[in-house]
Amino acid sequence: MEKVKHIQGTIVAIPVNDIDTDQIIPARFLKVTDKDGLGKAAFCDWRYLDDGSTPNPDFILNNPAYAGASVLIAGNNFGCGSSREHAPWALIGAGFKAVISTEFADIFRNNALKNGLLPIIVDEETQEQLFSLADEDPSTSVSVDVDAQRLTLPDGRQIQFPLDGFSKYCLLNGVDQLGYLLNLDDEVRDYEARNPQRVATTA
Amino acid sequence: MTNNGRPRTLFEKVWDAHTVRDQSEDSPAVLYIDLHLVHEVTSPQAFSMLRERGLRVRRPDLTIGTMDHSTPTTPRNELGIIPVADAMAAKQLDTFTQNCGDFGIPMYALGDEHQGIVHVIGPEKGLTQPGMTIVCGDSHTSTHGAFGALAFGIGTSEVGHVLATQTLLQNKPKTMAVNVEGKLEEGVTAKDIILAIIARIGIGGGTGHVFEYRGEAIRGLSMEGRMTVCNMSIEGGARAGMIAPDDTTFEYISGRKYAPSSADWDAALADWGRLPTDDGAAYDQEITLRAEELIPMITYGTNPGMGMPITAAVPAPDEERDYNKKIALDKALAYMDLQPGQQLLGKPIDVVFIGSCTNSRISDLRQAAKFIEGRQVAESVRMMVVPGSQQVKRQAESEGLDAVFRAAGAEWREAGCSMCIAMNGDQLEPGQYAVSTSNRNFEGRQGKGGRTFLASPLTAAASAVAGVVSDPRAML
Repeated sequence: MEKVKHIQGTIVAIPVNDIDTDQIIPARFLKVTDKDGLGKAAFCDWRYLDDGSTPNPDFILNNPAYAGASVLIAGNNFGCGSSREHAPWALIGAGFKAVISTEFADIFRNNALKNGLLPIIVDEETQEQLFSLADEDPSTSVSVDVDAQRLTLPDGRQIQFPLDGFSKYCLLNGVDQLGYLLNLDDEVRDYEARNPQRVATTA
Repeated sequence: MTNNGRPRTLFEKVWDAHTVRDQSEDSPAVLYIDLHLVHEVTSPQAFSMLRERGLRVRRPDLTIGTMDHSTPTTPRNELGIIPVADAMAAKQLDTFTQNCGDFGIPMYALGDEHQGIVHVIGPEKGLTQPGMTIVCGDSHTSTHGAFGALAFGIGTSEVGHVLATQTLLQNKPKTMAVNVEGKLEEGVTAKDIILAIIARIGIGGGTGHVFEYRGEAIRGLSMEGRMTVCNMSIEGGARAGMIAPDDTTFEYISGRKYAPSSADWDAALADWGRLPTDDGAAYDQEITLRAEELIPMITYGTNPGMGMPITAAVPAPDEERDYNKKIALDKALAYMDLQPGQQLLGKPIDVVFIGSCTNSRISDLRQAAKFIEGRQVAESVRMMVVPGSQQVKRQAESEGLDAVFRAAGAEWREAGCSMCIAMNGDQLEPGQYAVSTSNRNFEGRQGKGGRTFLASPLTAAASAVAGVVSDPRAML
């Protein structure tokens, strides 16, 4: 995983509550065996008209003024539904580096952090302000300091956001969690010695 | 069983017994995983990660695979094979076979007599047992909590972590007691209980929590009913839902393939008997529903929280005080092409789907078949019945349920996830309405442009016969 220390980018808003992972990436795109090329499937059924290929002119991500936006502002409870990690893979593929909402579904949040996509939790007032800013001026840019857990708005207002210490360490250092777990092999062996296995699938 | 005398919940007991390393300020807890279920859709990139790093699967003997999501449910051909029409799906299934073979993981392939939906086969094989930690790259892993296991869905990176280390990094969730007191009326089922709970708390109401379902109505459910309830915990935002094991649980497990042998059975029972929440243990939140007040439930919107009693009217966005909820409701009703104040009873439907990890077990099929027997599926309705596993299918066929469904005009299919996730060609056409026993009514979930009403198998069967959304209680 690449290090994520600072994020600077323009914003785009999808002010819809409870955006589920079936909207972020519909299930028919999950037949892949790698992570490549999923960006074009992001929000596919909102992005294209019924024929599946003509861009829906009313959908914000098709508006050229917002092309290149890397920070998504979303309604409450973003990423609910399935455990598919294809959701953060698709968002990253579509150019996003951070998502801002008042709340994230647990599994989505975990999956996003493991891929360097930063879920930023803000209060409703800030969320509303960001919705308005995105709507009024597509060139609105925000910056994020991961170490300081600080989001800076164009007017200079600074907002602290929660981020657990371990995820922050992994983001700042580009470390993935598997390396950490592999180093605990002795402790895992001790645990296994003390706790007999419950079932044996190979029996 | 107390810890330093402090009363603990079921969840805390299972959690505490599985921490390889406790949570600290610097890092989440490291949790040992007793059973890892894998399937073809969320595992390929995890196996690739292992290959890139030259790692093996640490405990193939704690891992089991099945094909379910992208598998066809069409009948076998003359060679006894279920043909896969879609090249990408075929490649994904081949990749899964290769991965399980290379890493020594036992796996039930398409066509195998044990194949089925991952959350149906775990319990039916006796692999799912009280007090275990169980994970799978699938959010409906919460199903296994019905046995008093801590079971939750994980992403593909985490699938890789468990394959390689048999552990996971997890922050300790909070707990919510969900009490369902009293007795259910006739025609009201486990599915109605969970739809009512989600309608009450909302789709994000359980975020950050593990549910523990308690109370007389929960105790009164069969294991299959309990699985239906726990299955949809994730639709209320909770990664896991648990029910304390009791005699109903033990009776279900006894004699199954992977259940403790007779020599170990008494010791297992003693362990399991210590799992229920201690008197005086505290939950972070608590809600209570009265079972007598419940009637069959149905969803009207585009997430499982948008549900109501089947006799109610579709809510009006203008009466919603919260602006964001009003917008969401407007959007949902536009997608569903429904009007505020409209009754769903009597609404014509195109498809009825009985299946999915929520409602595809033998008791679900028996309930639907009993209702359908001697009746006909309406001309205008396509009814699909998809058993959750090959074992469920054989059991149903031995009881003649397949003949009942076929005689009524329904399709009887091979086991799999099928139209719940619509990855395998079983899907709604744009604009179609379905009454579905599955778990998600998200936009396009059952096929692009398709519209889903979630309900119980009984409500689904009644609606299939009438051709319109119907209250089964009037037809029992």
